[in-house]
Amino acid sequence: MELAYSGASNLARVLREGHFAVAAEVGPPIGPNPAVVQRQITQLRGYADAYNTTDNQSARVHMASLAASIMVKQAGLEPVLQFTCRDRNRLALQADLIGAASFGITTVLALSGDHVSMGDHPHAKPVYDIDSLNLVRMMRMMRDGPVFENGETIPKIAPDFFVGAVENPFAPPYEFRPVRVAKKVAAGAQFIQTQSIYNVPRFREFMARIVDLGLHEKVAILAGLGPVRSLKAIEYMRNDVAGMDIPEWIDARFAKFTAKEDLEKVGLELACEMAEQIREIEGVRGLHIMAVNWTAVIPQIVTALGLHPRP
Amino acid sequence: MSLRTYIQDHPKPLVWAWELTLRVLGWSRPVFARVGLERASWWLRTLEMIIKKPLFDCQECGQCVLHYTGMTCPMTCPKQLRNGPCGGVRANGHCEVYPEKWCVWVKAWERSARTPYRAEMTRLNAPVDWRLEGLSSWVTHALERDAITTGNDPAVRHADEVLEGRSWN
Repeated sequence: MELAYSGASNLARVLREGHFAVAAEVGPPIGPNPAVVQRQITQLRGYADAYNTTDNQSARVHMASLAASIMVKQAGLEPVLQFTCRDRNRLALQADLIGAASFGITTVLALSGDHVSMGDHPHAKPVYDIDSLNLVRMMRMMRDGPVFENGETIPKIAPDFFVGAVENPFAPPYEFRPVRVAKKVAAGAQFIQTQSIYNVPRFREFMARIVDLGLHEKVAILAGLGPVRSLKAIEYMRNDVAGMDIPEWIDARFAKFTAKEDLEKVGLELACEMAEQIREIEGVRGLHIMAVNWTAVIPQIVTALGLHPRP
Repeated sequence: MSLRTYIQDHPKPLVWAWELTLRVLGWSRPVFARVGLERASWWLRTLEMIIKKPLFDCQECGQCVLHYTGMTCPMTCPKQLRNGPCGGVRANGHCEVYPEKWCVWVKAWERSARTPYRAEMTRLNAPVDWRLEGLSSWVTHALERDAITTGNDPAVRHADEVLEGRSWN
């Protein structure tokens, strides 16, 4: 795959060299405890090409994505800075992006962000000064211009962004989703990370359209994998997390067990089965593993899939 | 079904109205230019609101893109997204924030197919210029002050170059 990017991103290198990429999620803590991030870094080191730090996940206050990204970077790994339009206007977005670039953090994932009404500060003002597509475009302009959103030149050093965007193949209108990917690619997206996949047939349909539209040759698609280990977690995601599509048959797999080890075994098996199916789908260039509160499973999955060690 | 929903679901007359408006705006342009953006807007804004508030729940952004978005106002989206739906749309097509309401973009996608502007679904809409909020979008459009193309990035306005003529519809 041709990637119109010559910068320093490790994820870009892995994709350019034609490897099946792995990204893993690092969840910043709710308090200011750096040990939580350090622990995840220790557990995950060597099992992914890049490490996504989430940005006020589920519209709940966490340690800043940028702070966690800096910790990942200082540990010698590549962070994927997740960046939502929910909490910042154009000035704040660009200031944080320039700040990130100054730490050598240039792989960035643009999202709209869950609405504040879904989170722990429903009384806050949602910002959405620009949308995720325009955030993608802004990053491309900052790199290629190099100009700020107002058209003024960025002095001296252009930030070397490797620009990511997201898509949720499981939310209506389904026919619009691949078209929306095309819009994001036109805006400057170089890789796409998808919502966690539980409904593989639906994802297959989505990818078939992506391939029809020739988009798989223009953008690297990393499929979202969200390992779970309990019915409670499934229930929570189904009811309280926006845009999740979890088929009923998954519940049945867990229903027979109560012991923690058994549930974890089922969770691991399930994740590996799905990952194997997803890998076979044309146009999928890698995995993005999001294991909320279960970081330990990521090395197990990566090893079981034969994706360890990383290139 | 409310009357508003009915009218928006059958957008043909709205399309005729817009085409007519465009023509009138073309003729009015010299007058607007002479009177100036603020003053022309002061006069026309009231009329625009009388029509657009009940019809579209107009949010007065002052840079109307209704014809690009299936005659459905994207500013009524809780995230004010002007380039397509977020990832939080519910399985029944309803909004993440207001479970009882349709997602604005589910409706926009449906309705745009019934207008001559379907191809505009792949347009890259610029972010809102907040200085125009509260002005008449008719005047800002006639005077080409609305950034409904792409603001400071004239290079990319459409996803067509990525799609290379492949049919997405």
